[in-house]
Amino acid sequence: MSIKVTLPAAFTRHTDGRKQFDSAAGNLPALLTDIDQTFPALSTQIKGEDGKLRRFINIYVNDEDIRFLGGETYAFQDGDEIMLIPSIAGGSE
Amino acid sequence: MNYSCSRYELKCNECGKRFGNQPLSACPDCLAPLEVAYDLEAVRGIFTKENISAGPANIWRYAALLPIPDGFQPDLPVGFTPLIRAKNLGNRIGAANLYIKNDAVCFPTLSFKDRVVSVALANAQKFGFTTVGCSSTGNLANSVAAQSARLGLKACILVPADLEPAKILNTLVYGARLVRIDGNYDHVNRLCTQIADEYAWGFVNVNLRPYYAEGSKTVGYEIAEQLGWRLPDNVVVPMAGGSLIRKIRKAFNELIYLGLVEEKPVRFFGAQATGCSPISVAVKQGTDEVVPQRPNTIARSLAIGNPNDGPAASRMILDSGGWAEDVSDVEIVSGIQELAETEGIFTETAGGVTTAVTARLYVDGRIGKDQITVTCITGNGLKTTDALTGHYQQERAVRPRLADFDTYLRELDGLAEPDLVTAGAK
Repeated sequence: MSIKVTLPAAFTRHTDGRKQFDSAAGNLPALLTDIDQTFPALSTQIKGEDGKLRRFINIYVNDEDIRFLGGETYAFQDGDEIMLIPSIAGGSE
Repeated sequence: MNYSCSRYELKCNECGKRFGNQPLSACPDCLAPLEVAYDLEAVRGIFTKENISAGPANIWRYAALLPIPDGFQPDLPVGFTPLIRAKNLGNRIGAANLYIKNDAVCFPTLSFKDRVVSVALANAQKFGFTTVGCSSTGNLANSVAAQSARLGLKACILVPADLEPAKILNTLVYGARLVRIDGNYDHVNRLCTQIADEYAWGFVNVNLRPYYAEGSKTVGYEIAEQLGWRLPDNVVVPMAGGSLIRKIRKAFNELIYLGLVEEKPVRFFGAQATGCSPISVAVKQGTDEVVPQRPNTIARSLAIGNPNDGPAASRMILDSGGWAEDVSDVEIVSGIQELAETEGIFTETAGGVTTAVTARLYVDGRIGKDQITVTCITGNGLKTTDALTGHYQQERAVRPRLADFDTYLRELDGLAEPDLVTAGAK
């Protein structure tokens, strides 16, 4: 099983410029462990001092916010496209 | 007049790092949203009541506390919209000191977005962007399209595919490129963050967002000035991304710090549609943990299910002693009608939300009858007329004769038998 992970440009200084990589992680915690090992500098950037993912990062699975899919409990499917994006979201009140 | 305040820069509210001035919206280190920080001491003696009242009757009278680049010459007379005493609406909902801040008539595109866009585009030009864009639920699209046309900038605007036809027309007419995205606003917005990574475009609410958001402060400055340089007891503000309500408070705090108004605890009340109420839900639960929602409401301009400034807005509302409330689509339509019938102001669905929430806050006793309360109306009803479809029938045409007119009026007032009137009209 393999998933494809896409990163925003702001993160690529910690990945030797790579914007995409493949992972065999089965869920979000496993993906973060994978990032710990493959890109330790990126891991430091996306996690807070408490070791948890910073709240300013949104994770999407195939265009859907992972929080709508069960968050950490969601089991990645083969071919899933995972996207990490800082939540600089706009407003249009 | 010098229209710039030279001492401002981007700052991360989480880690405190400063980043000068550049098109950047998230802290490169901790990824938190950046905000514009000012050297308030540098404008003490400049940002005064006298200087402000000597300025133009638009937002540029407050330019000394806006992130405006050196040498900027204001063009459009944006903002300085009416603050009106809402006696009639107040009588209906039990409010003795209610005011409406009416951005339904903001220049040039009839929403409060004109304020933020004018500040964002001043910076877009300074940074050398020739193409600007935005993700939008409509009002922002209209304003970016209009103001970029005026400034000779190209515009590429992304909107959810189901946007109201009037808001699409009001974007295309200015010659902007409009791309309808098959998804909701949160999808559109996420795509825009990716586009901003790849294209050298100035997205007003992505990479120019810290500057853009500061334009909202002018609502707060104007409220204080129009109340005779005093702060209200309460402010009711619609919430989508959660930015406006925070910036009004930032404006009030700056005015207090610089001595233009007396310090006073102002309570902030947020308004959302029940069909998209992530911030309201968080406030009611007493938390700043905002759980995203899939929007389902006619108030499309407030339909942001994953509001970036939601956590900060929830915290601020709770800290102020305020509250957040949400109302159904039926109540939104009633709110639109009530404001129109009582005060002669035709607002869009977001204004229906704010009006209905305001009424609810009085009924529930969260706002006291005699307190000075300002309700912020942020957009114009002509843009969302589809929300009223089926609520008003077009009556039959009347022959141009006095007798027919007289009969018709009697018919309307129920003074004549409909059968007889119909017979007489033939």
